[in-house]
Amino acid sequence: MGVAIADGAYGGTAKAVPVEAYHEDVVRAFVVAAMFWGIAAFAAGVYIAFQLAFPDLNLGLEWTTFGRLRPLHTSAAIFAFGGSALIGSSLYVVQRTCRAPLFGGREWGWFIFFGYQLFIVMAATGYLLGITQGKEYAEPEWYVDLWLTIVWVVYLVVFVGTIMKRREPHIYVANWFYLAFILTIAVLHIVNNTALPVSLTGTKSYVAWAGVQDAMIQWWYGHNAVGFFLTAGFLGMMYYFIPKAAGRPVYSYRLSIIHFWALIFLYIWAGPHHLHYTALPDWTQTLGMVFSVILWMPSWGGMINGIMTLSGAWDKLRTDPSLRFSVTAVGFYGMSTFEGPVMSVKAVNGLSHYTDWTIGHVHSGALGWVAFICFGMIYYLVPVLWKKQRLYSARLVEWHFWTATVGIVFYITAMWVSGIMQGLMWRAYDEYGFLQYSFVETVQAMHPYYIIRGIGGLLFLTGAILMVINLIRTVRSAPALEPVTQAAAVAAE
Amino acid sequence: MPTKIEKDATTGTETTGHEWDGIKELNTPLPKWWLYTFYACIVWGVIYTIVFPSWPTLSSHFGGTSGWTRRGEVAEALAAQKEGQAEIREKIVAMDIDSIRKDPALMGYVQAAGRVAFADNCAGCHGAGGAGAVGFPTLADDDWIWGGKPDQILATITYGIRNTNENSRVSDMPRFGADGLLTKEQIGDVADYVLSLSGTQGNAAAVERGATVFAENCAACHGEKGEGIQDMGAPRLSDGIWLYGGDRKTVVETITYARRGNMPAWIERLDPATVKVLATYVHALGGGQ
Repeated sequence: MGVAIADGAYGGTAKAVPVEAYHEDVVRAFVVAAMFWGIAAFAAGVYIAFQLAFPDLNLGLEWTTFGRLRPLHTSAAIFAFGGSALIGSSLYVVQRTCRAPLFGGREWGWFIFFGYQLFIVMAATGYLLGITQGKEYAEPEWYVDLWLTIVWVVYLVVFVGTIMKRREPHIYVANWFYLAFILTIAVLHIVNNTALPVSLTGTKSYVAWAGVQDAMIQWWYGHNAVGFFLTAGFLGMMYYFIPKAAGRPVYSYRLSIIHFWALIFLYIWAGPHHLHYTALPDWTQTLGMVFSVILWMPSWGGMINGIMTLSGAWDKLRTDPSLRFSVTAVGFYGMSTFEGPVMSVKAVNGLSHYTDWTIGHVHSGALGWVAFICFGMIYYLVPVLWKKQRLYSARLVEWHFWTATVGIVFYITAMWVSGIMQGLMWRAYDEYGFLQYSFVETVQAMHPYYIIRGIGGLLFLTGAILMVINLIRTVRSAPALEPVTQAAAVAAE
Repeated sequence: MPTKIEKDATTGTETTGHEWDGIKELNTPLPKWWLYTFYACIVWGVIYTIVFPSWPTLSSHFGGTSGWTRRGEVAEALAAQKEGQAEIREKIVAMDIDSIRKDPALMGYVQAAGRVAFADNCAGCHGAGGAGAVGFPTLADDDWIWGGKPDQILATITYGIRNTNENSRVSDMPRFGADGLLTKEQIGDVADYVLSLSGTQGNAAAVERGATVFAENCAACHGEKGEGIQDMGAPRLSDGIWLYGGDRKTVVETITYARRGNMPAWIERLDPATVKVLATYVHALGGGQ
C-alpha cells in the first residue's frame, strides 16, 4: 500500500489506477485457502461416497463414521472451499470495480481471512468430535456461530465501506450480487442459529424454534443458503470474471437488473419445497412450490447474461482456460436451475424427495456450477495475483477440465438412475396394495451406482489435484510479468 | 451519468456508457422468450394458488377452489385400499388356517400381506424371513417351543408369551441356581447331561450324576429324555437347537438364572385378519406342522 489512487474523473480507464494500491495479499491467501479446502472437501466426499458403497470404510470408529464425515464434507465444500473463493474474489472484485482499496485497510482484510479460517477449523473439529446442533448446513454449535457472526459483520462493513469509497459513479452488477449474498447470509445465519447454550462452558445449546416452525426456519435458511451463498454469490463472481476473460461487454444491463431483483425477491420464499408432504401446512407447501417455479426464469437470466456475453468471443473458449470452466459452469447452472423448479413440483417431489436424485441435483450445482466457476476464477486470478504472464501449463488445464467434466457426468447420471429407481421401488405396490420392496432391497439395488458415483468423485478430485500442481508451478516457475510503467500501459491501449 | 455510450461493433447494440475495470455493458433489451416465459410462470402461479390451499389469512388460510387437502388425499387412498381388501380379509377371519392353505388365491394374499406385516412387526426380533436370533426362536425350522400346528401358532401370536394378557402363554422355569434349588456342582452335572442329550460328550461321571438331577428337577417339564413338552412351553433339549446358546457356560447360565423371554399379545395391536395372516404366513415359512 502507500500508493495513492489517481483520483481521475469519473469514467477514466481503470488502467490509470496503479494496481499496487489494492490489497491483494489477502485475496491471494483466500485463493490458496480455497484450493486447500477444495481438495479436503473433494477427498472427504470421495471417501464418504465409497463408505456408502462399502460400509466397512466407516472403520468402526466414531470419528470416521459417515454421520460425522458427511457434514465435514458439505461444510468443507460449501463454506470452506466456496466461502473462501467467494470472500476472496469479492474482495478482489470490489476493489477493482470501485477503484478503491479495501475499507479498513489490510488489517481488517487479514482479520476476515484468519477469522473465517478459524471458523472453519472450529466447525470441522466439532463435527469430528460429535458436536453438532443437528441442523443441515448449520451444524456448528453456538460458540462457532457467534464467532462467525463477528467475522461476517466485519466482512459486511469492509465490503460496504469499500463500495461507499468508490471512485465510480455506479455500483457494478457483480457487487450487487456479492452484497445480496453477504447481507442475506447474515440474516439467515442469525435467525436459524438463535439458540440458548446450556452453559457458557459447554458446547451444547438448544435452538429457540421448535416443531414445524423450526423445520420451516431451517429450510428457509437451507434453501437460501443455496440461493444466496451458492447462487447469488457465485453470480457475482460470474459477472466479473466472464466479461473480463472474454474481453466483451456484459450482454444485457436490463436483464441484469430485472433478474437480480426477481431472483432476490423470489428465492426467499422457496424454502418450503424442502418440506413437501411433511407436517408443514398445505398452504405453505403450495407457496413454496409456486415461488420455486416462478424462480426458473430469473435464475436463467444469469445464465443468458453469462453465455451471451461471449458473443463475438466464442473462439476464446478453445484458448482461454479460465473461460472454458466459467462457461461450462454457467451451462451446469442453467441445468440445475431448471431441474430445481421441476423437483419442487409436488408430484415430482413425491418421487424424488429423500432419494439420491436430490444428491445428484445438488452435485450438478456444486460440482458443475460452484466448483467450475471457482476454477475459472482461480485460473484467471493466479497469474494476475502472482504477476505471471500465463499459467504454467495449458495442457494440464485441459486434462483438469476433461477429467472433472467426465467425473461430473459419472456422478450425476449415476445418481439420476439410482435416485429414480430408489423412488420407484419405494412406491411400488403389488396387486393387493402392499409395498413390493423392503428398504434393504433398494439399498442393494443402488450398490453399483454408488460405485460409479465414487469413481466420478475420484475423477473430479484427480482433476483438482492437477489444478493444484499447475498453480504451484505457475507461482514458482511461470515467466513473470514485465513490470510495466503506467505510461506504457496507457500507450499499449 | 453515462459518459461514453458506444456502439458495440460485434452486435450493433449500444453500451450503457458505464465502465468498471474495463468491463462495459450492452443495453440489449430483455429477450422476448425469456420475458414471456417469466410472465407465463407468474400467471400459472396465480392460477395454482387459486385452485389449491395457498394464501395465509390472520387465523387460517385460503383453502383453494378445488377443496383438495393432502390429508384428505391420503385418507382417500387408504380407504380405497382398505375397501379393496375388505372382502378377502373377512374371508380370512372367518376361515380356519387349514382351509386358507388350500385356497391358492387366499394364500397369494397371505404371502403378500404376511411378508409386509412380518417385516413391520416380527422381523425386528425374529429376523428377516424368521431366521431367528439369540433369545428369539427361528420360525423357519421345525423346532417349536409352543407348537407348530396352525392353531398353536395362531394362539402364540394372538396372546403372546409372558405378557399381561390374560390368555398369554406362560411358563416359568425356576431359577435353579439363583434361588438355591440346586448347588453349583449339581448344575454343572445337569448341564453336562443336557449337552450329552444332543451328542456333546462331557465327563462320563458328571453326565451320570446329572441324569439323576435331571430326572428329579427337569423331566417334569422337559420330558424324561429332554424331548420337550409343547403344552408347557418347555423346549426340546435333545435336538442341538438352542435358543440362548449351546456351549456349556451358557447352558449353566440358563439353568442358574432361567430365561423368561417375552412376546406381545398381537391381538392388542393388530386386527384379527392381520394376526390370522401372520399365523398362516409363519406356518408357511418352512416349519409348520
